[in-house]
Order: sequence, then structure tokens, then C-alpha cells
Amino acid sequence: MNRAQFLKAGLSSVAAVVTTAAAGQVLSKEEAFEKPIGFNYLSTENTITMNTVLHKAATRGHANHGWLDTNHTFSFAHYYEPTRTHFGKLRVLNDDFVDGGMGFGTHPHDNMEIISIPLAGDLEHKDSMGNLAVIKQNDVQIMSAGTGIYHSEYNKNKDSKVNFLQIWVFPKQRDITPRYDQITFKPEDRVNKLQQIVSPSKTDEGVWINQDAWFHLGNLKKDFSTEYIIKQKGNGVYAFVLEGEVTVNGQKLDKRDGYGVWDVEKFNILADTDTEVLLMEVPMQ
Amino acid sequence: MVNILVIGRHVQIMETILRLINSQPRWTAEGALTDEDALVKFNGVDFNLVLIGGGVEESSEARLKTEFEKRNPQIKMIRHYGGGSGLLFNEIEEAIAK
Repeated sequence: MNRAQFLKAGLSSVAAVVTTAAAGQVLSKEEAFEKPIGFNYLSTENTITMNTVLHKAATRGHANHGWLDTNHTFSFAHYYEPTRTHFGKLRVLNDDFVDGGMGFGTHPHDNMEIISIPLAGDLEHKDSMGNLAVIKQNDVQIMSAGTGIYHSEYNKNKDSKVNFLQIWVFPKQRDITPRYDQITFKPEDRVNKLQQIVSPSKTDEGVWINQDAWFHLGNLKKDFSTEYIIKQKGNGVYAFVLEGEVTVNGQKLDKRDGYGVWDVEKFNILADTDTEVLLMEVPMQ
Repeated sequence: MVNILVIGRHVQIMETILRLINSQPRWTAEGALTDEDALVKFNGVDFNLVLIGGGVEESSEARLKTEFEKRNPQIKMIRHYGGGSGLLFNEIEEAIAK
């Protein structure tokens, strides 16, 4: 597909979805992603070294479905870039913006650890296990899809967008009993600290994940510096910048850049401005 | 046309996966909820790819692999993760590209 075809296909698809969105319909995730739509095939540059990978924000897969504007750090749905399919066991990092009142109708999942982190707005979740919840800023939700689960997720508010990260991690064990959990974290506990929000131990801080993975959020003030020590040998860390500018392991990063590092025992983090960063430690094999 | 056999134990997820694959112009899929049905279907159609969905025990997967390879030593078998549209198209694209 050349650039003209790409733009034409993207625009016509957007127009069709906007018509549906105007009718206030909640689409299933399958309906939303059934047809290819306007992905960013124009720039997929990765900067890879022996033990790091850099994904600049603007090189992410992008699709505007009208009611859903989404950015895929890794290949997802019809965005398929063979050089960007995963970072170790981290498979999906979607940065979704959903219009007011819109969302994903009931759709299935199995065998995946799905973490949702709202960055702005409120997201309503309903699932086949009987959970009905609203997650908002400072909440972290996890769903172990295991043997199979149905859920819906939509913007609770009619008049403002919700922005949330949806992160998928391959499970350590397949076909476990489906499970749902959410925790509200105190934002003050991550000011110039790394706040653990996901861990593989049920007795440790954060929501429990069926994988040897640890996630941390840090709200770091300009010039603050800290160190991250790898928790499990063989794991790597993927850093994703939510706000500001930060230098991780010597690599300068801007908002929404992603940077993975592996084969290290620790690395330094320096806030170049006031910054908010998400660190995802996952097994590399 | 790429012929895909999907094996899984969850009826609704199977229906979703078959609908998604069959909505694509270059792919066609049949589903099997049991090992026996999978073996019957595999012997009746020249499949290019087998997708192992949720709930299929490792012992079943190993047995099916052995049986399928007797009929078609080149058959590709991959595990499906996620249960829907998120990774399905990527998994198939990646498998058939190899």
C-alpha cells in the first residue's frame, strides 16, 4: 500500500466508524479490530543494540477508529510489524483514547494476563465472573483470562475521553482459573520513589500476576536520580514514559517513548524534567 | 487460501475465533472442540496451520502433533493466546511467513 492508498483507506474506514459511533453504539473488540484501519506503516524504525531496544513514540502503530484512537507499541490486531511483536513476555502495550460513552462491548479473552492502567478519565469494566467496577486514575486492574472470560470495558463518562494503557503479558501457566483484581494506589507513594503496582507474589505489594513480572510507577521530580535493580535473573525491563523526559540507562526518552533493556543487573534512572515513568520487568524467555 | 484448523475447548471463544478468521479473504478455518473431531477433520482437509486454543492439555497437544505429522510432516502448529482479535491475526501472519 502506498501512502495515498494508506491515507484513503484510513480516512474511509474512519468515516464508517464515526457513523456508527454517532449512533452511540458500543462495539465489541472483534468488531472494532475486524478490518484493517489506517495503521502507521510509514515509520517502524527501531534502535537496537546488544541489550537495549528503543521505540520512539511516533513510530508506534497508530489507528484512529473515530471513537477509539489507539497507539500500539507492539503489533496488535491488524497492525503487524514483524520486528515489533513483543519484549520478552510483554506482548501488548496499547495507549488507548476512547470517546465519551463509547467502548468495547462484551468480548472474550483466554490465556493472557491483562493489566489496565487509566491515565485520565474513568473506565467501566463488567465481566462474566460478575465483577462490575469503575477504574480510574491511580487504580490498576488485572485480569487473568486463563480458561476463558468475557468482559466489556467502556468510558464511564459521556462528555470526556478516557485514556488508559492496556498491557498484555503472556501467562506463566496456561488455563488457570480466571481471576480479576484491582487496587487503588496512593500517588504520593510514588513521588521520587518507584511504587510497585504488579508482582508475582500474592503477599507482595501490587496486584498479583501469573508471571514472574514486576511493574513500578515513578513520579520523579526534575534531577532526581534512582536505580532499578533487576528482581529476577534473566528478566529485562521495558520503560514507558507517561509524562516528561527521563534518561534510563543512559538513553534519553521523551513522552510515550519505550525503551527495553536486558542482560543487566541494574540501571540508572534520571529525571530530566518532572516525569512519570512505568517500568515493566518481565522474563525475556 | 490458507486452511486453518482451530482446536480449543471453549465453545464461545471457538465461535469468535472461527468468525474472525473466516472474515478474512485469504484464510479459512474449521474448529474442533475434541481431539477426536480434530483428527477426523485433519484427515479430511489439507490444512496449512493448526491453532491450539485454550483448554487443550499438553498431553493432547503432543498426541495430536504426532498424529498430524504422520499425515503432513510440514504442518505448522502454534498456540493461540488472548482468545480474540488482539493477537489472532498477528499469530497467523507470523506462522505462515515462516
